[in-house]
Order: sequence, then structure tokens, then C-alpha cells
Amino acid sequence: MKVLLSWLREFAPDIDGDPVELGEKLSALGLAVEEMSVTGKGVDGVVLAKVLDLRPHPDADKIQLVDVDAGDGEALQVACGAFNMSVGDLIPFATIGTVMPNGMEIAQRKMRGEMSNGMCCSAAELGFGDDHDGIYLLTGSADESKLGSPINEALGISEDIMWDLEVNANRPDAMSVAGVARDLAAGLGIPFSFPEPSIEEVAEQVTDLAKVEILDPSLCGRFLARVIRNVTVGDSPQWMANRLTALGMRPINSVVDISNYVMLELGQPNHTYDLNLVPNGHLRVRRSRAGGESLVTLDGVERQLIDIDGVIANGADDAIGIAGVMGGQSTEIGDTTTDVLLEMAWWDPPSISRTVKRLNLPSEASVRYRRGVDYGENMDRAMRRFGQLIADSGAMIVGGQIDESGDTPDRTPIRVRPAKVNGLLGTDLSAEEMSDHLESIGFETSAAGDDLDVTIPTWRWDTQTETDVSEEVGRLFGYENIPRTVPKGIEPGMLSDYQKDRRRVREILVGAGCDETQPMPFLAPGDLAKAGLDEHGVTLSNPIVHEESVLRTSLLPGQLKTVAYNQSHRSGPVSLFEIGHIYLPKDPKAEPTHGDESLLPDEREALCVAIAGGDATSAVAMLDLLETELSLPNVQLRSAEPAGLHPTRSAEVFIAGKHRGEVGEVDPAVAEAFGVSGRVGWIQLDLGAVLNGPHGKKNYRRVSKFPSSDIDLAFVVANDVSAASVATTIKKSAGDLLVDCSLFDTYRGESVGADARSLTYALRLQATDRTLTDDEVGTLRQAVIDAVAKNHNAQLR
Amino acid sequence: MTELNQQTLTDLQAGAEDAIGSAETLDALGAVEAEVLGKKGSLASLKKQLGGLEPEQRKEFGQLVNTTKSAIEAAAEARRSELSQVARMAQLEDERLDLTELRDEVKRGHYHLVTQARDRLEDVFVGMGFQVAEGPEVETAWYNFEALNIPDWHPARGSFDTIFVDLGEPEQVMLRSHTSPVQIRTMENQEPPIYIVAPGRTFRTDVADATHLPAFNQIEGLVIDKGITLGDLSGTIDAFVKAFFGHDVKTRLRPSYFPFTEPSAEFDISRADGSWLELGGCGMVNPQVLRNCGIDPDEWQGFAFGFGIDRLAVMRYQLDDIRELVNNDVRFLRQF
Repeated sequence: MKVLLSWLREFAPDIDGDPVELGEKLSALGLAVEEMSVTGKGVDGVVLAKVLDLRPHPDADKIQLVDVDAGDGEALQVACGAFNMSVGDLIPFATIGTVMPNGMEIAQRKMRGEMSNGMCCSAAELGFGDDHDGIYLLTGSADESKLGSPINEALGISEDIMWDLEVNANRPDAMSVAGVARDLAAGLGIPFSFPEPSIEEVAEQVTDLAKVEILDPSLCGRFLARVIRNVTVGDSPQWMANRLTALGMRPINSVVDISNYVMLELGQPNHTYDLNLVPNGHLRVRRSRAGGESLVTLDGVERQLIDIDGVIANGADDAIGIAGVMGGQSTEIGDTTTDVLLEMAWWDPPSISRTVKRLNLPSEASVRYRRGVDYGENMDRAMRRFGQLIADSGAMIVGGQIDESGDTPDRTPIRVRPAKVNGLLGTDLSAEEMSDHLESIGFETSAAGDDLDVTIPTWRWDTQTETDVSEEVGRLFGYENIPRTVPKGIEPGMLSDYQKDRRRVREILVGAGCDETQPMPFLAPGDLAKAGLDEHGVTLSNPIVHEESVLRTSLLPGQLKTVAYNQSHRSGPVSLFEIGHIYLPKDPKAEPTHGDESLLPDEREALCVAIAGGDATSAVAMLDLLETELSLPNVQLRSAEPAGLHPTRSAEVFIAGKHRGEVGEVDPAVAEAFGVSGRVGWIQLDLGAVLNGPHGKKNYRRVSKFPSSDIDLAFVVANDVSAASVATTIKKSAGDLLVDCSLFDTYRGESVGADARSLTYALRLQATDRTLTDDEVGTLRQAVIDAVAKNHNAQLR
Repeated sequence: MTELNQQTLTDLQAGAEDAIGSAETLDALGAVEAEVLGKKGSLASLKKQLGGLEPEQRKEFGQLVNTTKSAIEAAAEARRSELSQVARMAQLEDERLDLTELRDEVKRGHYHLVTQARDRLEDVFVGMGFQVAEGPEVETAWYNFEALNIPDWHPARGSFDTIFVDLGEPEQVMLRSHTSPVQIRTMENQEPPIYIVAPGRTFRTDVADATHLPAFNQIEGLVIDKGITLGDLSGTIDAFVKAFFGHDVKTRLRPSYFPFTEPSAEFDISRADGSWLELGGCGMVNPQVLRNCGIDPDEWQGFAFGFGIDRLAVMRYQLDDIRELVNNDVRFLRQF
């Protein structure tokens, strides 16, 4: 919402002071200043000029040649890229040497061989509004006798301050100049009042010309109507056009401009019908018919309505407007209009919101209706203001006003307990102080014992509870005046075990040289299939781009894209990891959890490691590191062909007997499909399940002071026997005296045959209470050999 | 046999000192020592003659022999020290390295910038007595909107620019547009008092550009306890900002509006030049939100606040393009 200082002063004449400080005051009241500017300064060198001739540029399509009279009666040629001018139009013209507000200096120059001696300006180029569209046409608004005069003088504009305010959804009142003035006056402690507009009515009575029926009182709380005769549609006076322009609205014609002016000034949207196109002036307010109906709105689009939409129908019950959203074409004001039926209404905010959202038809009017406009005397005031402004152009106001009522908000006073208000705000205000703050913005209060009975003003539809009222007290007292404290009851804070362990996982992987990545979780359709995975993922209803319209079910596609990206930038080998959510479509047969949560996907936190430049063995080594550092119990690699992974170089990871993920290498075909070159070692674990499962149990083993006995054993083992299973047998058969067992050599060759390989394990045997004797070591050695031979059909080499 | 007299001892010492002085290696020095001082060395053989002397002479010459021996030993020790030093210098020279020739072989990985910012935030809040809560990223309309007092018709609902997913009826399931659903989940599952922060990923239909991402990170705070006031909110935010940004950074609250808090405020932090930067939103938890979670608003009160995490990383390192946070270019990741 934009406001002008001069306009605010019409309601609170004492507003004064440094514009920056006034802006700070508005912000402190909850009307955040998004922009402040000085308007109407004019631009030195820009003068009023008249278009004398328009002709095509001989060598260019996108610019034309314009002759202007810049005050000296001479024709001055200009090249111009806009085509909205006609001969005779008055325009702002920047003469040579002018420095425009954006810093551009106007010079005489040739454009495609034709001389250009200045620039025709748009409103935005002059800082007179937001309108960049074409040259700012001043015909009818500027005085032609002032050709050559500085532009702001020719337009009667004086310097002013504009604040663009962010108005929150709970502040319907601040969607008007008057409402902002009321707040600012209260904040500054100065008087506020409405200049009450007066009108003269003719003898003819509106009740003889029009009739309004509210058929659905839940839709329309109040409906006012007047008739205005002898209307001429022309240009608005310059002062009005200037203000509308300053607030970002384009002047259109006298009737539309008055409508907008009243809405901006008083916050009351309004609608005008050509009375002669509304048979008997009869309006019926109702919901759209259950079976549906349609009408063509002002923008020429045929709209299908449904039963939640509010409509205004004519006497024949045909819809002629969508309540609070947009009028219909059939009753639109036109050049031939002489008699106007004027509507001002209060619409139920949720009803208007639903229709606006459904039809995606936001407007300056509906943005106000959705917050709840003033249903009190401001509606009558706005009616009179409209009449006053239109009477200036010779229109006649028909006597009386139709005033029909539906359901308006409950205005029973709210019991407000000052102790509760202070307890919420952390203040120590008396009931009287609270009452003063509330009355400064039009709330009515009366004492009720220690408490206050507060009547909410009609312009604060969203304010309904004691808490709402507390907020008003706090706002006017000033948040900056509330003493700062901290809660007293705080207990020690801490991360959960899961959160600590997740940090530990990061620490381990970062320590092992992996860089952490966080790609967005969106995939393109087909990415999952390309990665060799089940193609079904949860899809987005309104994706921003098609390439980001599926939620990942695995971290694999995202990591492969990341690897490919880094390879394409020649970043060398990369070891990457990610901890992020995956979203698994739920098995439709799964038992629903409670409520609509059963709709949610099976969302899990996953961990992956991608080692590009490594292979399956590097991935297993990384998994071993995690196993050791996190003390994961009973980690087993079971041979499998996990989707997307290399069929002969991958395994499923089981931890404590549960399937928790995969390790190995990315399927070369999948890597190639993502543009990845070389092997990629890969781990993906269900991190949530792993860290919520058993882990982290460290068994202290006393460090022995006695020497160890180290023995190496080489076994010839068939290829289909895993090295891990042999190690398991060794550990079991050697018992507690075995302190270390590692595979340190693998040999394949003729001497062991094609179907087998030799595995050499280094065993370290050690007791904590004695030096082992040769006999003990020999016995254990034989036990291990026998067990391995028996369990794996292996031979000692 | 050389006769034991003063002259022979003097000659022996002089000869030994010459030999020691000209020994060029520790081995050569050892050989000299053995020859003179060893069991079968020249000094020993002279010493044997002491037995044949008169007691008077034996005493006199005994002392002379010992003096001579000590002098030779001292000379040998001095020479050994010299030769050791030479040998050490030769060895060191032999080992000389150009340290700048070595390539860096020790590589550590890097935490993502967002992780770094998030961990720092968590640590500050944990220090202030908060727990860290988390929740799902795909949410129902109840958790993302309705329980937070944002009914379907509410004008604020549109401002969330929500990304919906194809589950259930249209607009029933969505990618959470803020971390506030975690407030609801926590209040549903935990009795007050509650002191949590909820960091996590959130989503909006923002086209990715230098300052926007459709997937970004927020952190949310929630306190529910007895007698919590707006003053407590203001003080907590101030304490957090001073701990995180530094003690010279000031804060202020400005009235604002969120359906789930009442009163609501935006909070700003001061910049070095004295201007204010809007950091996030906050307010006293709306009693209706408490009721929606089965908490009696007459007994419990609380506040909530929230702000962006990614923005803090962007501010801290003055990144000119927020998309770097999701591009995962190692040339970027490895800078931090």
C-alpha cells in the first residue's frame, strides 16, 4: 500500500517531521516501509511539449519520428520507441542536457541517420509512478498554455513523500490512506479525523430506480447502492490523476478514477453499473447456482461459476457480476452511459478468498475484501465521497441510499484481562494505559471491575480475541519498550544421540577425505529408470520445471549428476557423500497410520558415499571405516545384485542381521548413462535405521604387557567362498586369544587352480596375563587350520 | 722395551695426541684409542713396568701414567665430539630436502556450508537450553497449514507458494513450505515445557536464481512453558543474535503478522553501518495453535521464531549466487 504525506495530512494535519523518522514510526507500528521516495520533484530540463507530427523512420521499424513543440513554436524532431502518441497530445519532453533520474544524460544524437533532439518520457522515467508502458500522455491533464514550462509546474504537482508499506493480512484498515493516517496519528499522539464529505441530492429517490435483495446473508454483510444521473465519462482532474499515478494506478477515465480514488483513500472498493443495462435497477445477491452458471467478466473472459462463488444477479436472476471479484461485461460503463448504479458492499472474506483463489483473479478490490473491509459508517462516508467527487463534473446524486444487511461480525464487547495482557507481553501496564492505547485507534473500552470490555471497531474484521487485543496494546506501547528477559525454566539443552551420531558420521567421512554435497531432492522423469532403479517416485503437482518434478527414492541419481558435473569441470577424482531424505512411495497395501498421515510417503534419511576414481574395494574400505568408528555390530556383505549397481562387484549390507543398504560399484552402464566416466565406488545406507539400531558399543580390552605371537596362514579357498566367511571361522576357532586377524594377501594363479585363490591371513595371538607358550600357539594354530579346512573345504598352503 | 721414564711418557702423550688429531673418522679414532689406551696398548705396557720400581718411584710414576692417560682420553673425547659433529653434518646434508617440492598428500574432506551454518546454530541454541527437533519434508495440509491456524481460504496461504505433490486429493500433501510443522508434531508428542529448535529443508515454488532456491533451509524455534512473555521472546532473540553474530550486534522487533503467532513480529539485526537487516519472523504462539495440539492456552504460553539458514551462509561468505549451495561443485565445496 502506497501513501503520500500530503494525503495522510488530510486526515491528520499535524503529521510532521523527518520523513525517515516518520517511516521508522510506521515500521514500528507494523506497517513496514518497503520503499520511500520523494515524488513530484520534476526533473530539471523536462518540459511540457505538444506532438505536432508523427511519421515512420525511413530506416527503422521499432522507432518513429516525432515533431514536438517544446514551447517555442518550432517543430523539433525526436526519434522515439513508443507508439502510443497521437498528433496534438501533450507529453513530458526531456530537452538536450537533461539528466534523467536514472542518471542518463540526454544528448543530441543521430538514430539510424535521423537527428533526435531530446526524449519523450514515460511516467516511470520521470519518477511519477510505475508506468513504463509508453509515453506519459498528459492531454486533458496539463494546461496547454504552459508548453515549455517545467513538467511538474505544468501538471500542478508539488513535492511530496511516498511510502510504500507492507500491509499484513490482519490489517484491513491499513489498506487505505485514511487507515494509515489513523495508525500514524495514534503512534505520534496527534489528532485524527475524517473530513466528512457532503453531497447535495436531487428530489428523485433511489428506491424508485433500484432495488437490492440479499438472498444469502452469509455472503454479504451489507450492501449499499445509490444512483447517479447525468454522468459524463471524461478525463479526471489533474490533481486526482497525479495522486493515482503516485500510488501506482493508471488514470483511465473520470468514473473509474473516482472509484479507485475512493478505494485508496477510504479502503472501500466499489462497483459501477450502467443503470440502463440493469432492468429496473434490480440486484439480487446470492451464491452461484448449484448446477453452475457462467458470465462474461469485464476482461472479456467467460467464467464458469460453482456453488461457493458469490454472484450479483439482475432481476431476471442472470449473473451480472462475481461478488467482490470482478464485474460483468453486460452492465459495463461505456461512452454512452449517463446513469450509474453504484454498489458498495461488505463481503464475507473467506467466500471472496475461495473464489479469487479458484479463479486466480486477484485485484485491488478483492485484496481488500479478503482482509475484511469496514462494514460501519465508513461505507456511508465512501458513498458520499464518491458522490462528492463525481458531482464536481456535473453529475446529479439521486436522493437516498439503499442499505440492505446480511450477517455482519459479532460486535459483542470482548472481556480483556489486563493481567493476561501483561502476562503475554511482559509489561506492567495499567488498565487505563491499555485503554488509552486502544482508544487511540478507535477501539471502545469500558471498565468492568479490574478488566476492560473492548468493542472492536468495524474496520478490524480480523481482530476477534483477547489475544488480538493484546497485540494492539503491544503494538501501540511499542515492542521496543518491552523489557527484555529470558525464560527462567530452561533445562540443559543437548543433541539427541541420533543427531550426535549423524555428526560423527560426517566427521568420519570428512576425515577420510570426502566432500559433503547437498543436491536438491528433485529428479527429472526418467532419472530413476536411467539409474537402473524402480521408475516410480512421488511426483510434484506444480513443479517449477519439468526436470525437477519427481522426488528421489535414492541418492544415486543426484550423486551421479554431481559426479558428472565435477568430471565435466575436470576436477579430478572426487569422493563425495550426502546425508539427505529419500521419499519412497508407500506400498498401497501397507497399514494406514493415523489420519491423513497415511498419505505421506515413507520418508527416510539416507547416507551415500560416491568415490569416483575408486572402485568397489574403496567403497568397502570406507564402509569398514564406518563399521569400526561407529562400532556397527555384525556387518555382513551378502552377495546380491542391487539395482543400479555393478552385478558382480556389489553386495547388500546387513547390520545386526538387518538389511541396511548396499555397497560396491555403480553399474558401468548406469554411470555411462549419466555421463560419468570410470568406476564409481558406492555406499548407500538407511542412516536412520542404522543409527537407531544397535551400534556404538565399545568393549574395553586391556592392553597386554606380554609379547604377542604372530602367525601367517595361507589357505587355498574356492572362489565362491567369501574371504569374510573365512575370517569369521578363524575368529571363532581362535577364540579370545586372537587380538587381530587381517587378510594381507590374495593370490590367484596356476598353482592354486582356476576355481580358487589363496588367501593369506595374519593372526596375532596374545594373552593379557602371560606370555603364550609354543604349545599353546601350536594348538590354536592347528585348531584354526582344522576349522577352516572343515568349514570351507580349504587347504593350508 | 721402552724404559719407563718421564720422557717416554711425554713422547707417548705427544704421539697419541698427534694420532688423535689426525684421525679423520670415528673408526680411525677408535683404532688410535685401542693402540694407546687398550689393554694391550702402549700405555698399558709401560704401566706394567711400575711393578719393578721402588715404592717411591712407583708412586711418582703411577701418578704420571694416570695423568698421561687422562690427558689422552680427554684429547680423544674432544676429537670424538668434533668427528661426530662432522659426521652429523654430512648426514644432514645428505638428507637435504626442498620442502616446497613435496605435493600435498594429506587430504581432508569438507563439510557443506549449510551443514556448517546449521551446526553452529544448533550449538548456540543447545547452549541456550534447546533440544533439536526434526520432521518430515513431505507434509499434510494439517501440519503445514491448518494446525498453524491457516485455513484454506486464508490470504496468507497463497503467500507460501507451496509445492504440492500428487498424493491424496489436490493440495492435501505438499513439500513443507516452512519448518513450522515440526512445532505441531513436537507439541502433539511432547508435554510442555518445550524448548526446541527445528532446522531443516523447506520448499517454495521459487525459480532458482542468484538469490532464490526452490529447496532451502530454515531453522525454527519453539518455547512452551508457564508465564512465557513477548519480553522473553525479545530477550531470547537478542541473546541468540549476540552469541551467533557478536556482542555488538543489536536486535529489534517490529509488529507483523503470521496466522500462527499473536502478537507477531519481524526481527531485525543491526548492520555495521547502523542500518537494519530483516532476519526472520517470530511471535507468541497463537492460543488456537496450542488448542489444536491439545495444550491448554490458559496454562501454557510460548513463543516461536524462524529464519533462513542458507542466507546466513550467503551473508557470511558474501556469496554472489545462492545456487552454489546446490551445485556441489568441488571447487566451491573445498573452499570452506
